[in-house]
Formats: sequence, C-alpha cells, structure tokens
Amino acid sequence: MPLDTQHENQIRDFKVVGTRPVRPDGLDKVTGRARYGADMSLPGMIFGEIVRSTHAHAKIISIDTSAAEALPGVHAVITRADFPAQQAGMIDTLDHCMADAEVLYDGHAVAAVAASSKSLARRAAALVKVKYEALPHVTDVDAAAATGAPLVKMGIESNIVDTHEFGHGDVEKGFAEADVIVERTFTTEATHQGYIEPHACVANMGGDGVADIWCCTQGHFMVRNTCAAIMGMSASQLRVTASEIGGGFGGKTCVYIEPTALALSKKAGRPVKIVMSRQDVFLASGPTASSSIDVKIGARKDGTLVAGLATLRYQGGAWGGSLVNMGAMAAFACYDIPNVKAVGHDILANRPKLAAYRAPSAPMAAFAIESAMTEMCEKLEVDPLDFRLKNCARAGTKSSYGPTYGEIGLEATLQAAKDHPHWSAPLPEGQGRGVACGFWFNFGGQTSSSLNINEDGTVGLSVGTPDIGGSRAAMCQMAAEALGIPYEKVRAIVADTASLGYNDVTDGSRTTFASGLAVINSANQAVERLCERAAQTWDIPVEAVEWKDGAAHPAGANAGNFAPLTLAEIAADSGSTGGPISGHSEINADGAGVSFGTHICDAEVDQETGRTTITRYTVIQDAGKAIHPDYVEGQFQGGAVQGIGWALNEEYIYGEDGRLQNAGFLDYRIPVASDLPMIDTQILEIPNPGHPYGVRGVGETPIVPPLATVAHAIKGSCGQRMTSIPMSPPKVLAALKGRTA
Amino acid sequence: MRFEAPETVEAAVSLMAGEPGEARALAGGTDLLVQLKSGRVAPDLIVDLKRIPSMTAITQEDGGFRIGGAVPAAEMLEHDALTAAWPGICEAAYLVGSTQVMGRASLAGNLCTSSPAADTVPAMVAAGAMVRIVGPDGARDVACEDVPSGVQKNALKKGEVVDSIFLPARPARASDAYLRFIPRTEMDIAVVGCGISITRAADDTIAEAKVALGAVAITVQVVADAAKAIIGTRLDDAALDALAAACSAACKPINDKRGTIEFRTDVAGVLARRAAKIAYDRAGDAA
Ligand SMILES: Cc1cc2nc3c(=O)[nH]c(=O)nc-3n(C[C@H](O)[C@H](O)[C@H](O)COP(=O)(O)OP(=O)(O)OC[C@H]3O[C@@H](n4cnc5c(N)ncnc54)[C@H](O)[C@@H]3O)c2cc1C
Repeated sequence: MPLDTQHENQIRDFKVVGTRPVRPDGLDKVTGRARYGADMSLPGMIFGEIVRSTHAHAKIISIDTSAAEALPGVHAVITRADFPAQQAGMIDTLDHCMADAEVLYDGHAVAAVAASSKSLARRAAALVKVKYEALPHVTDVDAAAATGAPLVKMGIESNIVDTHEFGHGDVEKGFAEADVIVERTFTTEATHQGYIEPHACVANMGGDGVADIWCCTQGHFMVRNTCAAIMGMSASQLRVTASEIGGGFGGKTCVYIEPTALALSKKAGRPVKIVMSRQDVFLASGPTASSSIDVKIGARKDGTLVAGLATLRYQGGAWGGSLVNMGAMAAFACYDIPNVKAVGHDILANRPKLAAYRAPSAPMAAFAIESAMTEMCEKLEVDPLDFRLKNCARAGTKSSYGPTYGEIGLEATLQAAKDHPHWSAPLPEGQGRGVACGFWFNFGGQTSSSLNINEDGTVGLSVGTPDIGGSRAAMCQMAAEALGIPYEKVRAIVADTASLGYNDVTDGSRTTFASGLAVINSANQAVERLCERAAQTWDIPVEAVEWKDGAAHPAGANAGNFAPLTLAEIAADSGSTGGPISGHSEINADGAGVSFGTHICDAEVDQETGRTTITRYTVIQDAGKAIHPDYVEGQFQGGAVQGIGWALNEEYIYGEDGRLQNAGFLDYRIPVASDLPMIDTQILEIPNPGHPYGVRGVGETPIVPPLATVAHAIKGSCGQRMTSIPMSPPKVLAALKGRTA
Repeated sequence: MRFEAPETVEAAVSLMAGEPGEARALAGGTDLLVQLKSGRVAPDLIVDLKRIPSMTAITQEDGGFRIGGAVPAAEMLEHDALTAAWPGICEAAYLVGSTQVMGRASLAGNLCTSSPAADTVPAMVAAGAMVRIVGPDGARDVACEDVPSGVQKNALKKGEVVDSIFLPARPARASDAYLRFIPRTEMDIAVVGCGISITRAADDTIAEAKVALGAVAITVQVVADAAKAIIGTRLDDAALDALAAACSAACKPINDKRGTIEFRTDVAGVLARRAAKIAYDRAGDAA
C-alpha cells in the first residue's frame, strides 16, 4: 500500500510507544495484592461444587439429590431442571455447563451443590446419586469419522456434522503440471491451554433478580450476555466484573461455571463461589481440537508450487464447532499457489467442547502443510528458506482462503530468518535444525473505551478488554502518546459491564489493536475538548488552537500570542471552564491486518531414549508496531513455548473406557523452564495501515510454526520424519526402532 | 480430622495405634497434603513427626548413616559426609520436586507413599538400606526392598511408623548412582528409574554390585542377574550389554499414559548402562 494511504501517525517519532516502562499491574502481581478469580469473598458467601459424569457417554436415568439436600449446611442442590427452558442460541453452551438427558464426555457436569464450606460441599456432591445407562462412545477423530462409528449423541445420524471448503484454481490440473508430489497424512492430539489460574467465580443474585458476577474471564461482556440469556435475565440485571486473570490463551472465552454459580445463588439466596480444581479444568474446560490431516502438494522442478490440497478432520468435542474452518483457511495461507483447495470436516467425539486456543486450528494445519513443504524441499534439494521465499504470499497475492493480501510481512520474516545468525551458526554434532512459518488472521471487533482527565493532570482510562498479556501498559502508552504526557500520568483499569459499552472478548490478538484504537480515539476526543477550553480561555476560535507535546498552543502567529496551556493547567481549571473533560470511543474495529512469523529451532534427540532437547530457538515475527516491546517478545516466547510443549509432550490421553487418563499437570506435560533455552526473538515492524500507530496483533501467530519447526529439527537430528504429534519419547524411540508406538 | 504433633516416637506410636479410624503419619507432607487436597485420602488422624528430634536428625552409626523418618532432602544434600558416601541416594533425593519440595520431602515419605515410581527407593535398595520400623510391639529392621508391597501398599502395620533409614558403612572404592527417565527435565514422575551401587576391587574389577529398578513393575525390582552380569568385570561392553539385557528382562511394566511396555523395557537397559558407568567411575575416585 502506498505510504500516503497509511495513517500519518505511523511515520512519526514516537515518544512513549516503543519504550519499555514498568507494567502497572506488576507490583500487585509480585506481592500477591492482585485479586484473581478465587480471591473474592462476600458476606454470607457459600461454596459450590459440581457433580461430574464418570462415563464418556451415557443416558441419565435419574438423579437423586435428597441425601445431599438433607446434609446440614447444604443450601442448594441443582440439576438441569433448575435452569429455565432455553432458546435455541444458548442450548449447546448450557448443555456443556450442565447435562440435560445425556452425558457426553467424562467429566460432564450433571448436578451442583452449594454448602457453607468447601469440604461440606464436596461431601454433599458425593451424596448426589446419578443412575446412568452407559452408551457406546468414541474419542478418536478418525474412529469417529469412520462408517459404523458409535454415535456421539442421541438424535444424530453421523458424527461428521459440517464441511467447509476454501481455495481457487483447479487442483487436478495443478497436480498434472507438477514434477514432484508429496503426499502424507498427519495427526495431532488435543492440548489444553494450560493457564495457571483455574476458572473461578462468585455469583450473587438478590431477591429482586438483580445479580453480580466476579469471575476470571477473557470477556466479561460475553459472560454477561451468555449468563443473562441462559437465566432469562436482561443485560441490565446482571453486572459482571472481570478479576485479574492468570492466563487464558483462548480458554477463557466461554462460560463453564458462571451459569451454575448464578443458578445456585438464585436458589440459595446467597453469594456462591465456585473454583474449579485442576482436574476439573482438564476434564471439562477447553481443549483444542485433535486432528487428522491429509496433505498433497505439487511443485515443478524449478521449485515453483503449482498445487496444494488438504483434507482436514478435526474433532472438537460433542457439540461440533471444532473451528476446522479456520484450519482449512489458514492451511495454505503462507503460500502463493495457483491451484489450491482445503476441505475441513467438523467431527463430533465424546470429549469436552473445544475452546479457542491461541490461533485456534492453525497450528495443526501448519504442522501438516509445513512438514509437507519441508519434505518437498528435501526432494527438490533446495534450501527450505529459499523455497519459501520463492513461493511465499506477498502484497497482492490472492490468499488461499479468498481475500487478496495488502501489505504483509511474511517475506520479510523469511529474509530475516535467512540473515539471522542462528540460521548460519554451525550445528553441533548430533543436532538438527528446523524452520517453518505460520499465519494468523487477527481480529478487530466491537470495542468501547473511556478516558477521564483528572483535575490534577493525571488520566484515568477504562477499557473493556481483560488484560491477559500486559495490555493495560500498552493502553497507557498509547493514551500517553496521543495526549503528549508521560506514561506514569495514565492509569488504566478494566471496567465492568455496567461502565462501558459492549466489548468483544479479548481474543483474536485484537486487544492492543482494537482497544488501542478506541483508546487513541478517546484521547483524541479529549484533546479536542482540551483545545476547546484553551480556545475559550484565549478567546480565539478552536481551529486556531493546536495540540502538541501535551499542551495547547496557538496555531501560528495569526492565532495570537499566548503561552501554551498544558494538559495539567487546563485540567486544573476545568471546574470553572465547563466541568470535567473526558473522551470516549465506541467502534467496530476493522483492518486488523494479518500476521506472519518464521521460526528456527535446533534440537537433539537422544537416540537411545527418543527424548528431544531443544537447544536453540528463534522467533521472527512482524508486529506492525511494537507498543511495548517486552510484551511483544513475551508473546513470541510464550507462544513458541506452548507450541514446543504441544510438539513434544502435551496430549489428552483417553482410556478404552473413554475416560481421560491424565487430568493433571503431573501427566499432562507442559514444558518447565529448565526444558527450554532462552527463546530468542526478532521483532519486525511493517506498519499495519489499519491502525494509527501501525499495530498488528501478535499474540497468536507464535504458536503456529513450532510443531513443524520442531519436527524438522528432530528429522535433522535422528533421521526420523515424525507425522504424529506429540513427538513424545516413546513415539520417537519406536520410530527409531522401526516399530509403531 | 485431628492433628497431633507429638515430641517422642513412643507418643507418635501410641497415637497412631490408638486411633480407631484411619491414622496417617506426616513427614514433609509433599505427598500427603496433595492427596488430602484432591480428596484421595481423608484420614481421621494426622500425626506430624517433625517435632520428634530423632526423626529430623542425621547421625553417624557404625560407620554408616542413620537418617530420621522426617529428614528433608535438603538437609541430606547439605550433609557433606553423606553426599560423599552416597552420591546416588543424594542425587535421587535431589530429583524429588523443586527446591521448595526438597525443603520438606523425606526418604521415609517417599518410601511409605509406596509409588512404584518413587525416585529414592531404587537408590536406597541398591545401597542396601535398612528401614527401622517402630510400632506398638517395638522396633524391627527391614530391608528397603521389603517395605513396598504394592501400589500404595506397604509392610507397615497398624500403629507403625518408619523411625529411620540406615545406610551401612561403605568399604573403600565403593559408590552409587541413580538415573531416571522423564520426558522433561524436572517436576516429573519417573517412567523408569535405576539405582546401582558398585564396589571396585584393587584390580578394578567389580567386587560387589546391587542393581534396582523403579517404575517397571508394581514394586521396586532388585535385579540380581544384572549385578551378576557386571561382578568380576571392568564394565566392558559385553558386561554392559549383559547388564542392560538383564534389566530389560526384569521389567514387568504396563502400558500406560507414561510409556509403553516396549519403551520402558528398552529404556531400563539404557539407564542401567549409564548409571553403572557413573557408579563405576565414582567408585574409582572414592577413597
Ligand atoms: C511438586 C512435587 C514434585 C514431586 N516430585 C517428585 C519426584 O520427582 N520424585 C519422587 O519420587 N517424588 C516426587 N514427589 C512426591 C513427594 O515429594 C515424595 O514422595 C516425598 O519424598 C514424600 O516425602 P514427604 O516427607 O513429603 O511425605 P509425606 O507427604 O509426609 O508422606 C507421604 C506418605 O508416607 C507416609 N509417611 C511419611 N513419613 C512416614 C514415616 N516416617 N512413617 C510412616 N509413614 C510415613 C504418610 O503417611 C503418607 O502416606 C513430588 C511431589 C510434589 C508435590
């Protein structure tokens, strides 16, 4: 895109944006003062506990709550019958929170109790007697898609519930033109977001039906709308406040316990707290899809890609919505291929309902496609970066999912990888080196924020997007930049649902982009008002006032000869010049700008045990503009670490009985700090034309390349091409010994 | 639930024996508290052993070491004579959890948890550790390998606690080693564990050896054939092959979420080789 259509602000010299100030929530977090979901207590509060299915699939014959109700100290016992009849829109959500006629996965909630202590609640939960009639189950994606598979729930005819197709050109013609073809099938197991803070909430409903919820979530407006709809309340009857949040990664973009806590509070007439155990978190909250993917790609001898075809089968639990459409869209998004097609099948299985996980659906697709690309490079005997540089998507490329790209940074990340010292460093004996790239859409969405100029010249900023990655610091920086005042003068909070207009969830890497846009708009509006006050004081037209460096100035000699009025001076007088000064903004943000990254990994496989050690790792990604580079680097590192965990050891393990075998951090193995080298990062800044400061979301893309990058490095170290994730020691050792794991 | 913190072994035993319901001893609590929190156990009485002076002491006795039933791993690791004599046991203790966990976790607790994967147990077994159990009928000394009897089952009877663990005197040129396999680098549970103790003769052949494997069967396995395979050798390749084969043959593992039968069997042999080399080298250096 030519420079003149970019926002003029993007080329200016930033004063605050791009610096690394201390985060405003840092002290609270390191001293324990920060209040997370479980830290809220209210007078008269009681404790909720959820009764969960021990079957993968069963019909509920009866639920006997009488013994639990009779236990002294128990204030309420609820089942699905205690929720109002549902409109179509929320049935799946409520079904997942509280089973109706049938339990659909191990851990599915069937009842809940509330009692005066946590231990009493546990005892009461154990007294709820549920009679089940076990039904056949299926948990594996390919088994669920096979003909004759057990049906995941009653009333369906097939577990394949949806199909999506994207692409252009003629793939058959494309393959006919190809000199070399690579064709393979890949599988990936489901992973969990692994946030440190389990879901927790306190719900408090009064006799008038008016209620509050305090909870740990990525989107309190979503919680309000969902819970209000489920409980038959109006939005104004329910106020939701987001607590400090200990990680989300997409897993806190839906409700699990909040409707239950509300229903218990309604019945008990007291505030009810529910805190999920880690076991509950694994059993009943958001894993990602497991997948099975067929890929076929074709290239000419000269290394030009001519055709790409992928069939993706994703299971995302018993309700569908595996987000396979996003996997199919993202699959070939990094490449310029004339004939390309991706077909995604959404498949049910007796597992918990999928939740978003950082670039949902893209990592699995990228594992398959990037692994195939790497194999193609081996066949063609070309350098994997040269091959990608030759075939990568650029400005003007028609993307594999439809739109034509504007200014994008993929080529720049590939070139930066080629120039990076990591790529040219000699590889120690026994190690292998891998490379892969990745894509994510990014999102804008509905956003609202408000900014108040305090009389002492400081600024209070309210945003409606929970801060999961340091966004309050970035918001303060953008407000300070727009106002021309120091960062320390601005303090941001995440306001409750009664205090701002609707805000979409913090997801899609949207917050720094979209909330940032709303904050800059709010600041600009406040600046207009500040200028009005100065104009009024000087008795000149407002057009003759300009704002720079945090003060109103007469715009040129004709405007008059007045000493500048600073923000603090105008604010101090605001009481007598017309009252409080503020700015606000309500938008549906567009122009998020797609994101690309390239990763390099060195790894060493212990050939006798199959265990992989990551020895060096580099993330290169386009951030548009890094508002707070520490947090951009943190996102790059965190995403890479989660991707490495997915690649190596994380997985949902189901027994023959359809029950989850590893619902805890002991056997669900996320990487620990000592497993990893320092993740090196390189931020590229190719401004996003859709944002005044050039911001692109950065949070999700970094989890996309690692699966294939690590697989490539493993191949280099031990010669085995791993097509099944996780590449855990038993699987790698089996491959080395030529047997199936 | 009642909590008691007696100051003598006798008082602890009489509390444990006198409780009509379920009684549990508490050493570091790094297993017990986790189990309480998850609801897996709900004892009527908890008897904390850490107020009993002898339970938290490491003493030298007959040239060996007596380690009290509630001594935390961190204290063992700061005991120079102990770490010099038994580097294998100490490295096993060093593997238990994090710095914080090691500040509490004890050998006795690791043993009495009766997990097939407990890290210090194969090391203690290889060392020939003797466990002193005290109860209403007095004290008895039991070989470490005879304490666990199954998953979460052991030889302790009602009212009994582990008073201490005794590591015998070492001859010159003797040492030990412990290795475990985990997919990560720490904070994980052994998929296979191997403890080996070796004494070198003057001509550098192995005079004595004991080999124990963890996590490959429901209880710790003493692999006599593995020891035989290396005794009399200088740990040449043939001896190492025979050792590995004996260890693999001794495995009676299960297929589970932590590893397949084939995997555990292979890796047991690999770890045995590696641990034997370390113990042999250490024995050569030991005074
Ligand atoms: C984060 C974490 C990481 C861990 N990592 C490891 C690891 O890497 N390897 C490993 O093996 N373990 C590990 N563990 C488990 C645990 O730390 C060890 O088993 C530890 O040695 C237990 O010792 P303790 O003193 O804390 O036992 P406690 O929890 O006090 O007791 C454990 C059991 O033994 C009984 N008991 C304790 N002392 C006595 C006694 N003197 N007489 C009779 N019965 C007794 C108790 O009643 C209880 O049943 C880990 C635990 C945690 C929480």
